[in-house]
Amino acid sequence: MSTDESQNLVTLSIDGREIKAKGGELLIEAAEKSGVFIPRFCYHNRLPQVGVCRMCLVEVKGPRGFSLQPSCYLPVSEGMEVITQSEKVKKAQDGVLEFLLINHPLDCPTCDKGGECPLQDQTLTYGPGESRFAEEKRHWEKPIAISELVFLDRERCIQCDRCTRFADVVAGDALIEFIGRGDHTEVNVFPDRPFSSYFSGNTVQICPVGALTAAPYRFKARPWDLSQVESSCMACSMGCRIMVQSSQNGLTRYLGLDSDSVNHGWLCDKGRFGFEAINSADRVTSPMIRKGDSFVETSWASALSLIGSKIVDAKASGDPSRIGIMLGSRLTNEDIYAWVKLAKGVIGTDSVDSQLGDGLRGEVIAALPRATVNEAVSAKAVLAFTGDIKEEIPVLFLRLREAIRNGRTKLVTVGTRSSSLDKLSEVSARVTPDQARLLAMEVTKDSSKFPEISAVLSKQGVGADGEGLVVLLGRENLAWDQSIVEAFALELSRSLPKAKFLITLRGSNFSGAVDLGGVPRLLPGRSSLETATPVLRQKWANLPAQGGRGAKEMFNAALRGELDLLFLVGSDPRQDYLDSELANSALDNVGFVVSVDTYLSRSSSSADLVLPAAAFAEKAGTTTNLEGRVFTVNQKVTSPGLCRPDWTIASEIALELEEDLGFGSAEDILDEIAEVSPLHWGLSWHRLTKSAALDGVVVPITATALSIRPRAMLDQISTPGIASVWNQGLPSSKTSYFDDGTIEEPGSASQPPAQASVASVEPIWPVAPVQPLGTMRLGYSRKLYGQGEHLMNSPHLSKLIVEAKCRISSKTAKELGAEMGDSLRVADKAGGESLFELEIDDSVGDGIVELIRGSFSNPGFSPVRSDEAVNYVKVERA
Amino acid sequence: MSFFNPENLEKAQILVGLYPDKRSALIPLCHLAQSQHGHLSNEAMVEIAELVGVQPAEVYGTASFYDMLHTEEVGKYLVGVCTNVACLLSGGQELLEHASDVLGIPPGATTEDGKFTLEEVECVAHCDKAPCAQVNYRYFGPLTNGDFDQLVDDLKSDRLSDSVPPHGVLSRVFRDAPPMVPLEIIHQERRVMDEAKKARLAAQNPDAGGKQ
Ligand code: SF4
Ligand code: SF4
Ligand code: FES
Ligand code: FES
Repeated sequence: MSTDESQNLVTLSIDGREIKAKGGELLIEAAEKSGVFIPRFCYHNRLPQVGVCRMCLVEVKGPRGFSLQPSCYLPVSEGMEVITQSEKVKKAQDGVLEFLLINHPLDCPTCDKGGECPLQDQTLTYGPGESRFAEEKRHWEKPIAISELVFLDRERCIQCDRCTRFADVVAGDALIEFIGRGDHTEVNVFPDRPFSSYFSGNTVQICPVGALTAAPYRFKARPWDLSQVESSCMACSMGCRIMVQSSQNGLTRYLGLDSDSVNHGWLCDKGRFGFEAINSADRVTSPMIRKGDSFVETSWASALSLIGSKIVDAKASGDPSRIGIMLGSRLTNEDIYAWVKLAKGVIGTDSVDSQLGDGLRGEVIAALPRATVNEAVSAKAVLAFTGDIKEEIPVLFLRLREAIRNGRTKLVTVGTRSSSLDKLSEVSARVTPDQARLLAMEVTKDSSKFPEISAVLSKQGVGADGEGLVVLLGRENLAWDQSIVEAFALELSRSLPKAKFLITLRGSNFSGAVDLGGVPRLLPGRSSLETATPVLRQKWANLPAQGGRGAKEMFNAALRGELDLLFLVGSDPRQDYLDSELANSALDNVGFVVSVDTYLSRSSSSADLVLPAAAFAEKAGTTTNLEGRVFTVNQKVTSPGLCRPDWTIASEIALELEEDLGFGSAEDILDEIAEVSPLHWGLSWHRLTKSAALDGVVVPITATALSIRPRAMLDQISTPGIASVWNQGLPSSKTSYFDDGTIEEPGSASQPPAQASVASVEPIWPVAPVQPLGTMRLGYSRKLYGQGEHLMNSPHLSKLIVEAKCRISSKTAKELGAEMGDSLRVADKAGGESLFELEIDDSVGDGIVELIRGSFSNPGFSPVRSDEAVNYVKVERA
Repeated sequence: MSFFNPENLEKAQILVGLYPDKRSALIPLCHLAQSQHGHLSNEAMVEIAELVGVQPAEVYGTASFYDMLHTEEVGKYLVGVCTNVACLLSGGQELLEHASDVLGIPPGATTEDGKFTLEEVECVAHCDKAPCAQVNYRYFGPLTNGDFDQLVDDLKSDRLSDSVPPHGVLSRVFRDAPPMVPLEIIHQERRVMDEAKKARLAAQNPDAGGKQ
């Protein structure tokens, strides 16, 4: 008997073979790592164990000899002796399965799970083969819809408690529960309270039988007809790792992959079910040119040559900044690089933006010390000054929730509005812009005006220099100008130089855009126009002489008639730009608008030329998530019609200008990125597709990033839909589908670039306007299921889109003389009005009116004005 | 609009305050709701959920587990006839059949006038008076068919209203709830208890930390 003290290893024997395992590890896990698979139903590696199904019984030696014990509930200990295969174990397994099947309907031929079902597979492998049960089985109404997305067939349920545990423990939405007792037990929702969790799809993924099925996948395919490829979700900036599955060139579903650094196997429903939009019949499939009030189809050749001549015309004026480009969140790193190279390297305009008034300045993001998600969830303390991450980056919310629940970190939230984070926080402080400034300068000082916050930080051991603190930074209130948030962050970073920042903007690949020059004044590798490296200067011949315009400035220029040509590449400002009044009138005033889009969005339907783009899963490339992690996205299906990947369109346009962007594939582009951008040195397609790097690599690649851990094990019972496709029916006791591996050292050239420092960017606090008489402060935010082409084109998700909402506290309501359900009239600065049904909610601060973005009863209503630091609105009873 | 009437709402708040973890008050609140309304309506469960800070589904899940909590309407009198061994040997089964005839409903059902619900129950620890029945958890036995008829008649004409309150009322005497103890004090006391326990264990087992 020997204990390896340093690693706390214990030695035990399984089936006569000695193995070492971490002390306290569950026996079922230790066995699995040593290559012994113990059957299971209720055990799941990302859920707390409950030991209810008894499928994992094994013989364990105790003081009175061997006895059967659940291996999912038993931590290993020194000298433990275990037998996993014996008559006794076999009899137990037979018994458990015979019992489970007593009430099981055995309707496998019509069950979505058939072919990838742990109950089928384990019955075949471990079951008795025959039943002695001749009585009537219990019956339930066949599937009931427990939400718009999930169906429940209670006859098939084996009561493993996975879904209910997930809903309660992981998601914090205990909307499904075991109802009744004994043979009357069923999973169900409370009457008239559907399972409307943002995370409901995960229960379908982990249900070990066909009891829970997803509406978008029901009866769409059989597991053995599916093929799959690994990718990263691009519906928000988290970049959850997913398996994209398809059948007959149609996407059928996404399943979450268990990535230790990112999503732990979970997805949000918006990401998971968004594939329907890609299959939509309303895709733009051919170039279209405006003829009067409508579009006519045209060829790529004539569309491209038209664009070429428009560019030449616009440049002829001598001012390339009369050409602007807005990049959307659909784009991969390669798409962004190609379009930015076209703009800044060929055309010579720096007017490129990838944010629509809802982001943060590229220079600020680049200057703040960056934290990874793993660093954030294990920080001594987390300070959140961000939009509601449950609504914007749902899986990050799960990660944070899990960490807080298990006491790994503590949260402090600061802001103007109530959010889902409040429930997880030690302290949530409501601040005005002035107070935010004070907080940034004072937070860890003894003289702090925020004693509660300071107390939490010091109790958690956050250093006076901010050591151990991670700040989640985003747009807490969209009615505050971004400059307030930027100044807050810069100020905070100056007073706490060791604090790190995780930028929690929701747009997918906002981070890649900042890293690759998709914002004004920056170039690939976060260098500025002045600090461009020689190799970049050589590849980008035509660098702009001076800084260009961001979205807001482009719109203002358009109003002045100074924007001749605007490219909207996956960007829909008419829908998404916060100041819709400005966006609409500006776009009406641009000389020529080219929209590269997947659907006819609000903006593209009023463009002059529309080019059809390949959507997610129709192209390969890489994406960067909010923490700067680069991973691959892959192609699974071919695009409909004449759609093309965005980067090829940029290349073609360059050719019209008789320039060659110099790449023929996404891999070429990544190679060029790695060559010109110091931040991306060492990256290559080859490296990113090595098994050890499937969970992505945080850039810049540093020595510590090299000890990348192999991906968490893929247990075929924990994520049945993936393993079955992997095996295509071959049962396997293999426990890991990805071999271990390391990625090789980057070459000596790959010293991480010097980080731009916060000292180089001045915090500029905007002057907040004096509150006009008779107005209220505005809180403005977005919901997960807001407006947007992606949701509107998904038949199932579109049913969940929320209406615009208005909330005020009961005290404010009293002052207005209004009651719950009353109609309120809200007027923006320009007098545009919209009607809302009032909700009273005391988590909203007094004197604040909180609006949830959605479609307003008056499309001209535009409560957020891009020229205001803080927005006020007039509110009265209608 | 609240489900609990003002008096019960106050009781409910006292109950919630009795426990360091609010959700511990879930079952006591279910009984309180039943005593007000005879059964647990959806409205009641939603309000209990709010009071103890859980989802309605969790209240429903708990309530549906216990036989004494009814999520569907029951009569004013819940009559349970025991058919477990002692009673069975003394004619419990026949008594149940008779009860069914007299009330005109099968076990599990409620009379149309909403007065009676009949249940078949397992041993209720009144075996010495077998065959026995319960009405709203008050014991009656041993019962002949005639006794049972008499019982039903008494109940119908409210002659027993002193000893058998309407269904849901478990007890009509409430202890004086102690003042709500502030959570800090509870936590403080628990800490002291935990420390003491730790010290005790350490004293018993000086080389703790090894295999237990
Ligand atoms: S529905 Fe599925 S996951 Fe939920 S308890 Fe039943 S078998 Fe388990
Ligand atoms: S959290 Fe974001 S990346 Fe993850 S599944 Fe949802 S939308 Fe996709
Ligand atoms: S009891 Fe161990 S897996 Fe269910
Ligand atoms: S058997 Fe009827 S009360 Fe015990």
